[in-house]
Amino acid sequence: MVQASTTDVLVRQEEPRGRRWWWVVIEFCQRNPMGAVSGGVIIAIVLVAIFAPVVATHHPTQEADFRALRNAPSGAHWLGTDDIGRDLYSRIVHGARISLFVALIAVLVGDLIGAAWGVATGYIGGRFDMYSQRFLELMMSFPTLILAMILVLAMGAGVWTVIVAISITRIPLSVRVIRSVALSVKENAYVDAAQAIGASSGRVMLRHIAPQCIAPWLVLATAHLGSVIILEASLGFLGVGVPMPTATWGNMLGGPVAAGLIPRWWMVVFPGVAITVTVLAFNLFGDSIRDFLDPKLRGRT
Amino acid sequence: MQKYILRRFLLSIPAIIGITIIIFLVMRILPGDVLTVMFGEEGTLQLSEEDRARIIASLGLDKPIYLQYVDWLEDIVTLKLGQSFWRSDTVMDLIINRGPITLEIAILSVILSWAIGLPAGILAAMKRNSIVDYVGRFFSILFLAIPNFWLGTLIVLTLVLTLEWKAPLGVINLWDDPWANLQIVWGPALVLGIGQAAYVCRMARSALLETIHEDYIRTARAKGLAERLVIMRHALRNAIMPVITLSGVLLGFLIGGSVAVEQAFGVPGLGRTLVAAFFERDYVVIQNLVLLYGLVFVLTNLLVDISYAWIDPRIRYG
Repeated sequence: MVQASTTDVLVRQEEPRGRRWWWVVIEFCQRNPMGAVSGGVIIAIVLVAIFAPVVATHHPTQEADFRALRNAPSGAHWLGTDDIGRDLYSRIVHGARISLFVALIAVLVGDLIGAAWGVATGYIGGRFDMYSQRFLELMMSFPTLILAMILVLAMGAGVWTVIVAISITRIPLSVRVIRSVALSVKENAYVDAAQAIGASSGRVMLRHIAPQCIAPWLVLATAHLGSVIILEASLGFLGVGVPMPTATWGNMLGGPVAAGLIPRWWMVVFPGVAITVTVLAFNLFGDSIRDFLDPKLRGRT
Repeated sequence: MQKYILRRFLLSIPAIIGITIIIFLVMRILPGDVLTVMFGEEGTLQLSEEDRARIIASLGLDKPIYLQYVDWLEDIVTLKLGQSFWRSDTVMDLIINRGPITLEIAILSVILSWAIGLPAGILAAMKRNSIVDYVGRFFSILFLAIPNFWLGTLIVLTLVLTLEWKAPLGVINLWDDPWANLQIVWGPALVLGIGQAAYVCRMARSALLETIHEDYIRTARAKGLAERLVIMRHALRNAIMPVITLSGVLLGFLIGGSVAVEQAFGVPGLGRTLVAAFFERDYVVIQNLVLLYGLVFVLTNLLVDISYAWIDPRIRYG
């Protein structure tokens, strides 16, 4: 009996460390059914994006069928065709590729730079912190969309310039969040201890401050994914995003409007639904991640 | 209070100067020179040497860079913002003609967002976890995911298909023909207002839920005050602060978002002028309009801070 209870205790103590990742996933799904569903949708969209050439029935840009201009949804063209006879379904599938690619890279780059900057400015403080804060406030005085627009204008249109422009708009937002985390983590006794045994600033930031910022960073990054997808689509809609023949959801919506044509309903409805479903999935997933990682943050971001 | 306003106003001057520096740097220093930006790479090669020199001189780009900046500052202070490269309009003309429409859209949509979002948020907080709460939350999550320009395009398309509605062609000012003017601005204002109402509702709900647990609310209830009065007189006044901050932040989204929504509705506001300028690579117009958007944002923040101090005396004396 006694022995059994001690092993019990041992097992219980070891459990958190030995927890396999799939147990974490299962626990997450049990606690957040909504998060599980949206996670499933995200996985589906990612798979569609990766295997776009297989999933699509037509080529997104080159297969313009002049005998099938502005066709309604049918067996041949599941979601209809656009003004020059390209298959909408295939364009939406390929659009997922661009959207996710741009969003993922832009959020990774922008939020990682922001996080590094946030940890540094929070930890170092003083003048560096003050100048950083003033500079970031300036960046935030421009509406995100307009900031992205002038950056794309200055750098020239293209997938990579759109990514750079969007990631720059993410920096001030993530510096703000991560800085506040770093400021509170800095007050911990173990940070004092690390400093006392002579650890360099770089080491303290990397080994003692940064790990505490990972959970808030994940919450922030998933939240940004949704808004970045909308931002990229807005740029495409205005005709200043990824250049035209490329199939992006924003381009598909903006093309007819810019040409002054009255679009058919399927040309407007389907790309928009694609954006909304994707953004909705990312937002719901982000909320669930936040609740799961840190219930205290609920309702704050 | 006056002292506070003055101090806060002076603090925003460095911010405005900073904004001009950022715009100036982005427009001049980043890769790609002005001619390539304006005419494209092939277009630039086709220009003769004289043409290039003439265009550069007409834009004032032949001067040293610090003089260009000083010139621009001088233009801003004297309100002579230069001329569109392709049209006869000066930038000031554009702002005076197109500005009021965008301003109307912005104001109307903020009013709408409060009119929809605040009651919804209060109701959701009072009847927590009821049907009302869930419906409110569902819609606020949904509207955060719907791109506003898509909603705009959908509305336009529906109107075109059912009522044979046509996009307004010119600017009609409120003081000339209020009814026709309203027909231009209602669409963008509605779309932007609904989108913001989602944020306002969320924020109002969570702020109210936080204040409702305060001691003074319990006191108010204990003295037998009707629940409606407890909320209206005691809880709301304290819960309103984050909602005001939010509206200030949202105004940034709003003036950015109005660019896309104006395009969707074909409304001849400032946003659409800006998009047209981007297509025409109209350098001077872009530079000054972007500055205007930045200025509006800084001034809104100023107003938000002042309204803060007005609502909460602690800030005035702090």
